Amino acid sequence: MADLILAAPEIFLICAICVVLLTDVFLPADKTIVTYSLALLSLVGTAAMTAYFSVGETVIGFGGSFIADSAGSVLKTFAYLMVAICFLYSRDYLERAGLLRGEFFVLGLFGLLGIMVIISGHSLLTLYLGLELLSLSLYALVAFNRDSGICAEAAMKYFVLGAIASGTLLYGISFLYGVTGTVELQALGQYFREPDALSLPLLLGLTFIIVGIAFKFGAVPFHMWLPDVYQGAPTPVTLYVGSAPKIAAFALTWRVLADGLLGLHESWADMLAVLAILSLGIGSIVAIAQSNLKRMLAYSTISHVGFILMGFIAGTEDGLRASMFYTLTYVIMAAGAFGMIILLSRRGFEAENLEDFKGLNARNPWFAFVMLMIMFSMAGVPPFVGFYAKVVVLESLLATDMFWLAGSAVFFTVIGAFYYLRVVWYMYFVDPLNEESLEAATDFRVVLSVNGLALLVLGIFPGVLLNLCARVLS
Amino acid sequence: MEAVYLGIVLSPLLAALIVGLGGRLISRPTAHWVTIIGVLASFLLSLLVLKDLIVDGAQVYNGTVYHWATIGNLSMEIGFLVDHLTALMVSVVTLISLAVHIYTIGYMKEDPGYQRFFSYISLFTFAMLMLVMSNNFLQLFFGWEAVGVVSYLLIGFWYKRQAAIFASLKAFLVNRVGDFGFLLGIAALLWATGSLDYKQVFDDAERLSGVSITVFSGVDWSILSLACICLFVGAMAKSAQMPLHIWLPDSMEGPTPISALIHAATMVTAGIFMVARMSPLFEFSETALSLILVIGATTAFFAGLLGIVQDDIKRVVAYSTVSQLGYMTVALGVSAYSAGIFHLATHAFFKALLFLAAGSVIMAMHHEQNIKKMGGLRRYMPITYWSALIGTLALIGFPGFSGFFSKDALIEAVHVSTAVSARYAYWCLLGGVFITALYSFRMFFLVFHGEARTELSGKKTPKESPIVMTVPLIILAVFSVVIGWPTIGPLLFGDFFADSLRVLDHHDVLGMVGTEFHGPTIFIAHSMMSSPVVYLAGAGSLTAWFFYLKRPDLRDLIKQRIRLLHHVLVNKYYFDYLNEVFLLPRVRQAANFLWHFGDENIIDGRLVNGSARTIASVSSVIRNMQSGYLYHYAFSMIIGLAVLVGWMVLRT
Repeated sequence: MADLILAAPEIFLICAICVVLLTDVFLPADKTIVTYSLALLSLVGTAAMTAYFSVGETVIGFGGSFIADSAGSVLKTFAYLMVAICFLYSRDYLERAGLLRGEFFVLGLFGLLGIMVIISGHSLLTLYLGLELLSLSLYALVAFNRDSGICAEAAMKYFVLGAIASGTLLYGISFLYGVTGTVELQALGQYFREPDALSLPLLLGLTFIIVGIAFKFGAVPFHMWLPDVYQGAPTPVTLYVGSAPKIAAFALTWRVLADGLLGLHESWADMLAVLAILSLGIGSIVAIAQSNLKRMLAYSTISHVGFILMGFIAGTEDGLRASMFYTLTYVIMAAGAFGMIILLSRRGFEAENLEDFKGLNARNPWFAFVMLMIMFSMAGVPPFVGFYAKVVVLESLLATDMFWLAGSAVFFTVIGAFYYLRVVWYMYFVDPLNEESLEAATDFRVVLSVNGLALLVLGIFPGVLLNLCARVLS
Repeated sequence: MEAVYLGIVLSPLLAALIVGLGGRLISRPTAHWVTIIGVLASFLLSLLVLKDLIVDGAQVYNGTVYHWATIGNLSMEIGFLVDHLTALMVSVVTLISLAVHIYTIGYMKEDPGYQRFFSYISLFTFAMLMLVMSNNFLQLFFGWEAVGVVSYLLIGFWYKRQAAIFASLKAFLVNRVGDFGFLLGIAALLWATGSLDYKQVFDDAERLSGVSITVFSGVDWSILSLACICLFVGAMAKSAQMPLHIWLPDSMEGPTPISALIHAATMVTAGIFMVARMSPLFEFSETALSLILVIGATTAFFAGLLGIVQDDIKRVVAYSTVSQLGYMTVALGVSAYSAGIFHLATHAFFKALLFLAAGSVIMAMHHEQNIKKMGGLRRYMPITYWSALIGTLALIGFPGFSGFFSKDALIEAVHVSTAVSARYAYWCLLGGVFITALYSFRMFFLVFHGEARTELSGKKTPKESPIVMTVPLIILAVFSVVIGWPTIGPLLFGDFFADSLRVLDHHDVLGMVGTEFHGPTIFIAHSMMSSPVVYLAGAGSLTAWFFYLKRPDLRDLIKQRIRLLHHVLVNKYYFDYLNEVFLLPRVRQAANFLWHFGDENIIDGRLVNGSARTIASVSSVIRNMQSGYLYHYAFSMIIGLAVLVGWMVLRT
């Protein structure tokens, strides 16, 4: 019974999903708004459950395969928030595109359940289960617009490549199990505390697991799916893929590498370093050549992933804190960026090209400013929060004397600044292609404004979130 | 007292901000009332500080009021050092500023930029006070640059006049040269001592005098001398010492009140003040002191010569300023810092007086500035006449006037000095006395005596200036007469500056002069008997009287005889010509080279755009890897996996 209380939010959510699903089945097609409201309600309920049952201390249950701790609660809360924002931004768009169907929300909630399981997973198998739940929901979501060829193509690629990655991950887990005889992270951690625990099969297992993780993150060279999926999926789905699952990816890496396999730090840190540098480089450079904003943001994601990985490389508590801070702030930025694309889109028209942002300042100065805040924050311009996110990561690297890593991170950041600033340039210094004013629901406008301003507020008071990360991780 | 110090500095700033940013809300009367009250408050508070130090014997204040930033071990602060030197400077600055503020009401009455002008001069007062009250080099530099900026704004105040724009630009550029040296000097001190705080740097001075650095291989310089010379280069530009004096005469394009305030009484003395403030450093560098001595002496004599051939009333006074600044510099060069500061203070009064009187004349003559077209103005403007006479007498050093005490003591100090070039300096200064009297009375006679050389009747009849202009004249005239009497004793031979200025025992020339000092009256008598100064001044005045009132016809004859010299003087020793013909084309060439080759080609072309182009091309190559084919993607994953596995296997 005590175990069940640990998983109360998850249990509540799955019950809620069943209710939403069943309600949606019996609703007429034009009443999907009810499903939408119910989905948001379930999120609120789950958040309440998380707050109510959060114990404040670390408890491990279900025979060592499930963990409830305050860091998990914070990550989950952010995930709820991101999914809620995603639903909010999407409703209008889906309605206009004729895609407003209950499945979107149900799949989104299922994905969230997967994310929660990953965050709380404390054995390799639990983590794998969560990952599969999340991935399957995402495949379906990407293919959501069934009639669109490009959607189907993206979903197909994602599915096949994801299957390879899952297989790789599972294969790596089997190696670990073969050597150590356990899949529980606590027991694994215990095992690696022994000296001379390192062996070739272990390293092979580790490598396969890292490939699986890198695929989830979209780190180079396992990033190929990412641009195609970001571009092919309907923008609300891209928003979903680009935000909450990153939190899961962070949790996965943290639980497996920085927690369970900390004994192998030297080996995985080197691999992550290579992946991080490659991601930063490819992400920053190739984004320059993109004319499609969603694709550009995909490459931008890849370079941000490089930063998140860098936090892990230090292997210190500060590094972990930096990674978490970076992840949380990044998902806020990403949500805002895709929110802006949704805002500019109209019926039958995706505002996904850079050109569509031309002269936005003349059309709507406020949202041009919101986009400016998002772009500046992504580029790492003070006083926006993206600047501090980069600073704490670099600090953690410098504290462990990894100067060349920090140096190359700065180098690629400078290159990356170009394509973010190009968007700003388009908005402020180029004449608009059309003079149409923007139309969007009030709730959407308000949330998007708050989303943008949050970057500024968090940038001025970065201590609040930083201290929160430090407190829950220690 | 901290609040008082802050009040002194901030009240002019506040007034300047209110008037400057108030726009149309500020009427003309409001503009001058607000700024005058600001400066008046500043002046009264500075008197309070002076009383506190002299009468109540308060301790010297040296403290930080605001911590601005810390970079590494370097702390950047805003702080005040209030000792006797500061208190004296602050009082002089605020008093002159107050007089000029009042005078401006009359002088700028018709000007459309009335509010702007008041805002600027208040802002200038703030900057100057920041400069003199600073207790660290950073704030000193701030004040230094701030007065420079306001000076630039005010010279170009009439921004529609081509000449004014040119002059302001020239002043700014010449001062940049000096500022560069000044900044290098500060940097050298920072490098050597690791601090920007006066006290810490001064405490380190003795040790530094033994430290040398290698400038080029084989050339070792004393770091202290290097720093002092660099600092003095800054002072040369700000205090218009040759060859960086060229901006000051041109700066007369600005309105006359600021010529009085900035380009005669206060800002141009910042260099003198700075060297005196740094006396604990300069004392340990014979090299720097010798350089100062030579530069000052040369300036004192040769700038004075130029005053004789000028026809513009303000330019005559301007060259006189350059020459008098040379006197002060000489005093610094022989370690008679207090004599330099004393002359600075008396000069501030009588030179401001002369400028304001000149302004009054210019007003009366309807903005005619050529003294050759004036004459006989004595009858029309008695107050201006008498105050100009007092100013002139003070300037040439008529016994009993303030200028007499400061100049005579200064020359006496040079006389007894054993420094290397003291002989040269002494003769330059003596010659300067004659010349000063000559050009001063030349101007005086041409303006006020003799026959009017232009039509002065009807509408053009000159009128005495309004009361707001004559009252400052009278105040300054009174000070010009009396200020020397009570101050010479304590300032020069007493211990007024004991804790502010540092003089090594074997440099103490004033101490030697002081053994014969027994009160101002005896000082006058003594100097009448033993020094040629008074007689030289008298001779200069007589010469002026002879050639400009008695036998004006002889002037052309002499001009013929010394045609070559006259030519050189009229062309101001060809400084401007040399700059324009030799220096400027080279600088322009270098700048063009750096622009086209360095900036456009290397930095923009190769580094900025070149790297951008490279990255763009790399980018378009790499994006081709994203072929869109699923099997390519899967293949890249497998390759990645294989490489990682291979790497791990090889590592074990």
